[in-house]
Amino acid sequence: MIPEIGTFALIVALLLALIQGVLPLAGAQRGRVAWMAVARPAAWGQFSFTLIAYGCLVQAFLSNDFTVINVASNSYSELPAFYRVTATWGSHEGSLLFWSLILAGWTVAVAAFSRALPLEMVSRVLGVLGLISVGFLSLLLLTSSPFLRQFPGPAEGSDLNPLLQDWGMIIHPPMLYMGYVGFAVAFAFAVAALLSGRLDAAWARWSRPWTTVAWAFLTFGIALGSWWAYRELGWGGWWFWDPVENASFMPWLAGTALMHSLAVAEKRGAFKAWTVLLALLTFSLSLLGTFLVRSGVLSSVHAFAVDPERGAYILGFMVVVVGGSLALFAWRAPRMIAGGSFTWFSRESLLLANNVVLMASVAAVLLGTLYPLFIDALGLGKLSVGPPYFNAVFVPLITPALFLMGVGALARWKGDSLPDMAVRLRWALGVAVATGLLLPLTLDGYEPWAVLGLGAATWIALTVLIAFRERVKSLRQLASLPRAFWGMHLAHLGMAVGVAGITLVVNYEKELDVRMNVGDQVQMAGYTLTFMGVEQYQGPNFSGTRGSVVVKEDGDQQFVLRPEKRIYDASGSVMTEAAVRPSAFSDLYVSLGEPLNNELTTWAVRLYHKPFINWLWLGALLMVAGGLLAAFDRRYRLATRERAAAAATAAQGA
Amino acid sequence: MRRLALALLLGAALGARAAEPAAAPSPAAPPMAQPLHADVAIEARLTALSRELRCVVCQNEALSDSPAELAEAMRREIRDLMKAGKSDQEVIDFLVARYGDFVLFRPPLKPLTYLLWAGPFLFLALGGLAWTLALRARRGARPAPVNPAQLAAAARLLDDKP
Amino acid sequence: MKRWLPLGVFLVLIGFFAKGLFLNPREVPSPLIGRPAPVISLPVVGDAQRAFTTADMKGQVWLLNVWAPWCVSCREEHKFLMALAQSRTGPPVVGLNWKDRNREAARLLAFTGNPYVAVPDDPSGRAGIDWGVTGTPETFLIDRDGIVRFKHVGPIDPVVWQNKFVPRLKELGA
Repeated sequence: MIPEIGTFALIVALLLALIQGVLPLAGAQRGRVAWMAVARPAAWGQFSFTLIAYGCLVQAFLSNDFTVINVASNSYSELPAFYRVTATWGSHEGSLLFWSLILAGWTVAVAAFSRALPLEMVSRVLGVLGLISVGFLSLLLLTSSPFLRQFPGPAEGSDLNPLLQDWGMIIHPPMLYMGYVGFAVAFAFAVAALLSGRLDAAWARWSRPWTTVAWAFLTFGIALGSWWAYRELGWGGWWFWDPVENASFMPWLAGTALMHSLAVAEKRGAFKAWTVLLALLTFSLSLLGTFLVRSGVLSSVHAFAVDPERGAYILGFMVVVVGGSLALFAWRAPRMIAGGSFTWFSRESLLLANNVVLMASVAAVLLGTLYPLFIDALGLGKLSVGPPYFNAVFVPLITPALFLMGVGALARWKGDSLPDMAVRLRWALGVAVATGLLLPLTLDGYEPWAVLGLGAATWIALTVLIAFRERVKSLRQLASLPRAFWGMHLAHLGMAVGVAGITLVVNYEKELDVRMNVGDQVQMAGYTLTFMGVEQYQGPNFSGTRGSVVVKEDGDQQFVLRPEKRIYDASGSVMTEAAVRPSAFSDLYVSLGEPLNNELTTWAVRLYHKPFINWLWLGALLMVAGGLLAAFDRRYRLATRERAAAAATAAQGA
Repeated sequence: MRRLALALLLGAALGARAAEPAAAPSPAAPPMAQPLHADVAIEARLTALSRELRCVVCQNEALSDSPAELAEAMRREIRDLMKAGKSDQEVIDFLVARYGDFVLFRPPLKPLTYLLWAGPFLFLALGGLAWTLALRARRGARPAPVNPAQLAAAARLLDDKP
Repeated sequence: MKRWLPLGVFLVLIGFFAKGLFLNPREVPSPLIGRPAPVISLPVVGDAQRAFTTADMKGQVWLLNVWAPWCVSCREEHKFLMALAQSRTGPPVVGLNWKDRNREAARLLAFTGNPYVAVPDDPSGRAGIDWGVTGTPETFLIDRDGIVRFKHVGPIDPVVWQNKFVPRLKELGA
C-alpha cells in the first residue's frame, strides 16, 4: 500500500513540476502575471509530493518490506535502522529519487528567498528548475521506479553493499547532490537571463550566493568521499581519478571558475557572456556525471548497475537540457552588451586567467576520462587512462592557478601596476621560494615536487597575510571586515593547507608489508608496533576478525589499534576495516591482509605512515567554511534590511 | 575451535611475556616482524609498477590494490619475472603482449595517443591565446553609453524601492 | 560564429556517448589475434606421464577452450562441446584446465564425459596468463599454421557457434 502511495505521489509531483515548468515560462514570455504567480505554489506542491514519495520509500526500508524490489536488493533485516534509512540512496533508483527531492528542496529555497527579485525573473528561474524536475521525475517513473514490487516477497534481503555501511559514506552522497543540484540554480538563473535578454550585473549578484553555497556543498561532498575511501578501502589511497570521481571533480573545477567569474560580472559587468556560458557548463557537467554513473559507458568502481536503456533516456534528457541551453546561448549571445574595460594587469585579467587555467584543467580531465570511449567508439581498440596520466597532466596544469591565487586576490580592479605589485609581493615571493627550497631539507629525503608544492602553499598563505595586513591597521578592525573578505581568504588559505598536505603525503608517505606472528614487533616512523593476535566476534550483520596491535611511541605513550576483517552475512563479501590513528601531523594506518596460517596467528599486515594527510581534509573544511562565509555576506541581504528599516521609519512617523 | 583457543592463549602468553619487565639482566630481544616478501627492493619495484597497471578483471582498479585472484596471480608473475632479472620495461612488454594496451594505466605514447598527451597543454595554450585576444579587444573598448532610463531601472532592481 | 562552438562540441560528444551505449567497456580484444599461439607444454589431467604441447596440433585447425571445474557457465558450455564432439563435424578441441587447485577435473570429466582431445593441466594459471586469460570460459581458434585467429569470451552455445565460429572455420577450410 505504502509503495503505491509513493508512486502516486511521484505522479502528482511530476504533474506539478510540469505546471511549474510550463506556465511561469509562458507567463514571463507573454507578461501574464497570473501564470507567473503559479510558480511558487507549484514549486511547494512539487516538493511536498516528492517528500511524501521519499517518505514512503523510507518507510518501506524501515519496515523491511521485501516485496519492494529496491528494499530486497539493498537491505537486510539485521541491518541497523540507521543504515536502512541511508540505503534509500544506495541504489540507482533510490538515489534518483533522492536527487529529485534535493532538486525540489533547492527549488523551494529559491522560491522562499527570492522576495526581492522581480516576478518575471523568479518565474523564469523556477520554470527552468521545474522543467529539470520534469526530466528527473519522468526518468524515475518511466525507467527507474524504486517502488516496483515482487510477489511473493523474499524472506530476506540481499543486504546493503558493505562498503556503504559506514557513516562517512552516508553523508557523502547527500552533500554531493546538494552541490550538483545547487548548480542547477545558477543554470536556471543563466537561462532565465538569456530568455529575458537582460543580462546585467544584478543577475550576477543574485546568482552568486547560490553558486557559492552549492560549491561549498560539493567541496564537502568530494572531501568526504576521499576521506571515506582512505579509511575504508584498506590501501591508504584517497583519490583514484576514477571516471565517477572525475565526474564530481569537473563540476567542482568549473564551479570554482564560475564563482570567480561571477565576481567580475557583478562588480564590473564584464565577462557576462562567458559567465553565462560557465553557468550552463557547470550544471551540464553535473548532468554528465549523472549520465556516466548510470549508463555503463565507462567502467568504474562507483557505477550503479548498468542499463543502456536508462543511459539512453538520460542522454536524451541531456540533449534537451544542455543542448537546448547551449543553443539558446548561441542565439542570444550577440545581445549581450560588453562591460567595463580593464588593462592587461588588473584583477579582471587575473581572474580571467584563473578561469583559463581552471577550464583547461576541466578539458584535460574530460579528455582523459573520455578518451577510452573515443578510441573504442572509433573502433581503434581499447585503452586505459588512469592515475599516472592524470597526475602527470593535472599537476603542471593547476600550478599556474596556485600562483595566480596570490596575485589575483590582491590586484586592483580595472587596472593595477605590475611594478607596484612586485614591490608589495617581493618579500612573500622570496620567502615562499626559500621555504620551498629549504624546507624539504628537514624532511626525509629531498623531493623536487615537494619544493613546488610547499613553495606554492607558502606563497598563498603569505599573500593572505599580506591582504589582511594591508587592509587593517589594528586587530580591532578585523571584526568590521566584510564576511566576503574573510570568506575569500579563508578559502584560499584552505587551498594552501590542502596543497601542503597533498604535497607532503604524496612525497613522504611510507608503506611496510610485514608478516607478523603473535608477539612480533616492527618499527616505523618512530613507532614500535606489536601484534597481539586476533579475536573473532559477531556484529549485527557480519562476523568479524579483529586484530590487536599495541603501538608505543617514543616515550611511554601507548595505544591499541584494531584493524578488522569482516564477512557480511547476507552477501558473503569480505571487507577490510583499517585501523587509523589520526593526528595533526600524520596518520598511522594499519590494515590486516591475509592470514598466513590456519591457526590465524600469523598474518600479513600492511602499515602506512601518512604525514600531514589530515591537512588535506582540514584544507577542504576551510574552503567550505570560507565559501559559506562569503555566501552569507550581509550585502546580499541589504535590500531586505533596508526595506525593514524603511518600514520601521514609516511606522515611527505614522 | 579448540585449536583457535589454544592459539589465542599462546598468543596472550607471548604477549604477556613481551610486556613483563625483564627479570634477567639482558632480556631477550622481542621477535622482529619479517617483511612479507624477502626481497624488499623487488617488492618496492613491484608496488611501483603495479600501480601503473590495471587489474583486468576489476571495475577500474590498479593491480596494486586489487584483492582479486587473477590480480594475485599477475603480481606473482611479475615478481618472478623481476627475480629472473627482467627490467620494468620488459615486464610491461610481457603484459602488453598478452593483455594489450588495456593493461596500462599510463597510455603509451604512440600516434593513437598523441592527442591525449598533447591535449591538456594545447588547451592551456589555446586558453592563453583566447585570454590575450580578449584583453587586446578590450583595450580599445569604451564603455557603452548609459541610458538614464536603464540606470533608474537598475537602481530600482538593486534597492527594491517601490 | 564561435558562439555556436559550445553547442557543436556538445553534439559531437553526444554522438560518442550514443555510440558508447552499445559498447562494453569491459570487453577487451585479444592482442594475440594474428600472432603465433603461445606455447603450452603441460602434463595432462589424470596422467602426469603424458604431456601436451601446442606443436602437437600443427597442421590442424583447432580450438583451445579454457575452462575450470569450479566454473558454473562452463558446465552449460560442456554440454554443447560434448554434442559437438559426438557429431564429429567440428574441429578438435583442447581443454585447458585452468587454476584447478582442488584437483577436480579428472573426476568431473569421468562423470560428464570428455569432449576434449587433450586436457593440459594449468593449476597455477601461468599458461592462462600467457594466453591473456581473464576468466572462464574463453575459447581461442587457431589455424593450421599455429596462428591465433579468434577469441570468444563466455560460453559457446549453438547461436554463438553458428554466428561466430562456423563462418571462420569455413574460411580456414576446416
